[in-house]
Amino acid sequence: MTVIGCKEVMQELSNFLDGDIDESLKTDLRSHLTRCQHCQVVIDTTRKTIELYCDGELFPLPTPVRDRLHEVLRRKCQSKS
Amino acid sequence: MTDSSQTALVKDEAALVTEAKAGSYPAFEELVNRYEKKIYRLGLNITGSPEDAEDVLQETFLKAFQHLPDFREDSRFYTWLVRIGVNEGLMKLRRRRADKTVPIEDQVDEEGGVMPREFTDWKPNPEQLLAQTEMKSILDAAAQSLPPTFRTVFFLRDVEGLSTTETADLLDLTESAVKARLFRARLQLRENLSKIFKRG
Repeated sequence: MTVIGCKEVMQELSNFLDGDIDESLKTDLRSHLTRCQHCQVVIDTTRKTIELYCDGELFPLPTPVRDRLHEVLRRKCQSKS
Repeated sequence: MTDSSQTALVKDEAALVTEAKAGSYPAFEELVNRYEKKIYRLGLNITGSPEDAEDVLQETFLKAFQHLPDFREDSRFYTWLVRIGVNEGLMKLRRRRADKTVPIEDQVDEEGGVMPREFTDWKPNPEQLLAQTEMKSILDAAAQSLPPTFRTVFFLRDVEGLSTTETADLLDLTESAVKARLFRARLQLRENLSKIFKRG
């Protein structure tokens, strides 16, 4: 196992979150996280950031917008089909 | 309801695309029903404006219908639709900035160079602490503070679930450029939200 520092963890942060790193690096990174509260917080809160944006309830399609879409499509597309 | 009747209701997407290409408006409308929410959210996330997002939504499906015969089915229908939606969204931004000198393409040092500054943990379950409208406006403001292509990469990869390759292809970027922008976007959003959600 190789001891890695905070800089290496930050460089691999995205790949780690995406599960896109090899097993030995993942082990080194996890070992660092058990010792480094700062990096653990950055990883956890980055993951939480992504979760918040994935909440579909926050970006609903308003009914009037949907109605206007279907009205436009029916008018412009249905006649051509 | 039996499994077979459910299967019958949830019509296979490839069959719908084939029918729509053959001129069936009901088949096309079924495809619209499946993806309208996602395309609206995509428009909203790229442009940051409900009015522009509605234009993106309408233009995306109108162009999809118009160009459906050209869809070669070598990618997912949704990815093809997203490509049209992203182009429409970025075009909106370009028009909005036509009289300004702000470039739409953001220069990025792909070697990184961004380091986090906020190391305080967040309060648990921030989404339960705020009203939905307040949370939405916080997320909107944080997202709109990012350069457009950073924001677009973040939403395509992390929210819409496109792969790095699909995102690179769609935005005409290299895969390493997509990864660099995604890394910057994630960190920047986290920094912005940390200022609001941190403990203490």
